[in-house]
This record gives sequence, C-alpha cells and structure tokens, in this order.
Amino acid sequence: MLNRFMQSRLRGLMVLALILIILPVFLGNPFHYELVIQMAIIAATVVGLNLLVGFAGQISLGHAGFFGLGAYFTGIATGTYGWSSIPALVVGAIAVGIIAWVVGRPILRLKGHYLSMATLAVGFIIAIILNNERAITGGPDGMPVPAFDLFGWELSTFGRYSLFGVDISGVQAWYILASVVLLLAVWFAQNLIESPIGRALRSVKGSEVAASVVGVDTAKYKSLVFVISAIYASVMGGLYAHFQGFITPAVASFEFSILFITMVVLGGMGSTFGVILGAVVLKLLPQVLADFQELETVMFGLILMLTMIFMPKGLLPTITATVSKRMRKKAGGEA
Amino acid sequence: MTALVEVKGLDKAFGGVHAVEGVSFAVEAGQVYSVIGPNGAGKTTLFNLITGLYIPTKGEILLNGESTAKLEPNQLAERGMCRTFQQMQICMNMTAIENVMLGRHLQLRSSLITTLFRLPSLRRNETAARKRAADLMKYVGCGDYLDAEASAMSYGALKRLEIARALAAEPKVILLDEPAAGLNATETAALEDLIRKIADQGITVMLVEHDMKLVMGISDRLLVLNYGRVLAEGTPEEIRQNPDVIAAYLGG
Repeated sequence: MLNRFMQSRLRGLMVLALILIILPVFLGNPFHYELVIQMAIIAATVVGLNLLVGFAGQISLGHAGFFGLGAYFTGIATGTYGWSSIPALVVGAIAVGIIAWVVGRPILRLKGHYLSMATLAVGFIIAIILNNERAITGGPDGMPVPAFDLFGWELSTFGRYSLFGVDISGVQAWYILASVVLLLAVWFAQNLIESPIGRALRSVKGSEVAASVVGVDTAKYKSLVFVISAIYASVMGGLYAHFQGFITPAVASFEFSILFITMVVLGGMGSTFGVILGAVVLKLLPQVLADFQELETVMFGLILMLTMIFMPKGLLPTITATVSKRMRKKAGGEA
Repeated sequence: MTALVEVKGLDKAFGGVHAVEGVSFAVEAGQVYSVIGPNGAGKTTLFNLITGLYIPTKGEILLNGESTAKLEPNQLAERGMCRTFQQMQICMNMTAIENVMLGRHLQLRSSLITTLFRLPSLRRNETAARKRAADLMKYVGCGDYLDAEASAMSYGALKRLEIARALAAEPKVILLDEPAAGLNATETAALEDLIRKIADQGITVMLVEHDMKLVMGISDRLLVLNYGRVLAEGTPEEIRQNPDVIAAYLGG
C-alpha cells in the first residue's frame, strides 16, 4: 500500500507540494527561510544531476561548473548589461546547454573512472576561468548580482510584497518562487523518466548493448541527458545568484560538485524524491555540526563512503524497502 | 529473389586468432537459417559482426542489398535487424514490460517538449506501446510477469523476454543467439513453437544453437562452422549426411 503510494508519480509530487505548503508553519525567522530556499534550489539541481547519474548511469564530478556558469551568466547579464532575469536565465541555459553538448559529445565516450576524471577537469576549467577573468567576473572577490526581476517587478529578499491581499516578506516570496521551481523541476524530471526518452536513458545504464540493438542511439542519449542536467544546473545557478545577491567562483568549485554527487548517492541514485531528501539532509548537516565546520569535507567524504558500503541504494529507497517489508510481515502475521 | 542478409568473404581476427575466416553465405527472406558448430567455432562472433557490434577485418555484409560497413547497431535496428544474446542483455533497472517497451523505441519518436509536458499524444502512444508490449509478453509466454521487475524473473522467462523485446521493434530479421541454452526439455519445446510462430509471421530467423534436435527440426538451411571456417552449408538433410560434418561432430 505504502509502496504503491510512493511509486505513483503524481502522488509523490502532491506530497512534496503539501510539505512545501505546510513547511512555512515551522519556519520561524528569515534565516530558516533562507536555508530552505537554498535547499530547494540545490535539490532541483540534484534532481537534474540524478537524471544523468541515477538514471543514465553516467557520472559528472564537475556539475558545479555548469551551476557556476549559470550563476555568472545571470550575474553578468543582469548586473553588467542590465538584462531582465527571465531572458538571462533562458539565454544562459541555452548557452550552457550548448557548452555541455560540445564538451559532452567527446567525453561521454569514456566510461567509469575516465569519465569521472574528464568531468572533474571540466569543472576545474570552468572554476579557473571564473577565477581568472577578473574584468568580467570580478575574479576571486566575486560580483554582486541584482535582485530577481520579472519584467520590471523586482523580487528582493529585503522587500515587502502582497500576495492576494496577504502581506509577505521578501524571503517568503522567494520561498514561493523556489517551491514552484522545485515542483516544476520534479515534474519535468518525472515526465522525462517515464517516456520513451526516459526508457532509452535508463537502458544506457541497464545495458548499452541491449539498447543499441533495439535502435537506441546511445551516444545521442548520453549527450542529451548530460545537456539536460547541465541546463537544470544552469537555471538553478542563475536563481541562486539572484537569491544570494553575491556570487564568488566557489559556486563552481570542486567541493560543490562533490556535494551534489554526495546528495545524489546519499538520497538514492535513480530516486527523484530520494535525492531531494539527500539535498535536505546534507544542507542541514552543517547547521547541526556548526562546531565542526572545518571537518565538513571530511564528513561528506565519510557519508559518501558509508552510504556506498551500507546503503548502496540510498536513503529513501532503503527506507521505503524496509517499511514495506515490515508492513508485509505484519500483514502476513495477521493472516 | 535477392537475399535479405548476405555475407561475403567475412574475416575477423583478434590479434593472431581468426575467429571467423572467409565466411560467405546468404539468407533469404522468410527462412529459418541456423548457424551451428562446436564451441569456439565463431558462431557468436559471426552474429556480432552481422549486428554491427564487431567491425569485420575483411569482407562485407549486405542487409537488403545495402552494405552495413558504416552502420552502428542502432542503425541496423532501424533497417529491421534485431537480436538476442547468449549472455542475456536485460535492463535490470527497469520492469519487465519496460524492457519490452524499450523495443518500441524506434516506433515511439517523441519530441523533448512533448515529453517534458507529457502532452496527450505521448500518453496515447505510451498506452498503446504498453498494450503492445503486454501482448508480446503473452505471445512469448511471459504473461505472468506483466507487473514484475526484470530482476525478479526466472532465467527462462528472461530469455523469452529478450525475444519479446526484439519482436517489439518489428524486425525483418531476428537473430537468436543460443535461445535454448539453459532451458529444460519443456521450455525448449515451447521455444521451438515460438520460433515457428515468429517465422510464420514472415520474420526471417537466424539462429545459433547447440540443441541439434531443435535446429534440425525448424531450420530451412544450416551453416556449419568449424574453427571459424565454413564446413558445410545446406538443408538439414544435406547437413545430416555430410561426411565432414559427421567427422567434426563425432570425431574421426
């Protein structure tokens, strides 16, 4: 019963929507909101990364590179050139998509460790460019990013807004935006997975040979999912830049890439809601362990290792399996 | 009548080993054509060459008169060639029926926009594809597994599932690599019926198989390989009486 409930596609989305609607009751101050908004943006990014890693079985250790490119594209287009936010996000996504395609086409021929190394290098190169092109990016000092604007209507975290007559703060308005974006990201991802394209992607993970002999152009689909996941990262990077109001090359850093991958692995590769849980847990962890800040990277590494060893399917799939097993046992006991 | 699959002077060397050497034959549309031979005779290599997984060292393969030299396996599938594997290739990260629906890939072209917004046309096609896949699963005898995960299926059922997947692609020619391996007598008999049914639909069947009873019963023609070379070619009756074949199989 619970299993069926978890598997049904629109129900999962509805549960997520419900959580996002109820959640503000527990959010006491702007700092809480800020944390949850960051979680939502990053969760949407890893939902996209999961398409590549969890479903198509490829890896990217440089995905923060695309996140960073999206962030900087938005920052530069809106800040330096005065673009509106939506065109900046769209054009940025297209540009990053093209870059991902050009880069992905050759490197996705590689497998396993070689692909890891190549994607790692892509991330590093992007981070280095963002660090060095001071004239455009402001270098390591970073750059300010204007508030998100929707055709002249500005969405600032410091503003006050009115929604259907209810007075809400800037972060609350941002919370609504981030929630809608996350739900859209999940909806798109689920639609993609449960489609002929999605089957082709999953077959690349399941058996590349089987896929190719029934007519799947595996190289094309690998590039496609790489591009899609890069576009997810780019759009979320752009939103992140607007929300933070200030970005540094750290958004494209190796540490950030590893954080994304850890979220996917911890939450559950190939489980859309699992990776959202992964993002939530790993975003909360530093808050809980604030005293051990310098050990953060070590913690992430440890979590990655322990998950791989003891919970290879990830957090959510393991929990659902355990719960449904318990329930079956219980039902069996009563019968 | 022109041959559907024609192989001319095919050669495949792995380093110094010639797995397939100077092999030529032609398969006409509608035939059941079997390739037999002792272990290591090059049967699977031959299938891998025909389906584009290996690139020939020398020689040529024609599918419907067109050279397949520059074609990837997926492009051969587009031209109506599908296969199953001796080492089964099933996507264990998908359900049984999704594996068969994967076979409908070429018939289910949908744009990214249609997919992302799950437009009605996609839903309609998916429903139809699911129904077709279910029918095919029943056709090959996997009807009990309609809702199963692929990983929960038995060996024999997976072998039939692979055939269903290949059939889903609506091939002109289907290559079955040792479909009876590991099956018991009842399952083998069922497989024989299935191959006959497939051939009766007008699909050309190419078969690599060790089960002589099965092969002799259903084949129109046979190719016997030994050490990568053609030992004999002909109807089951001719092969049965060929002294070279008898020598190779019985020793002497």
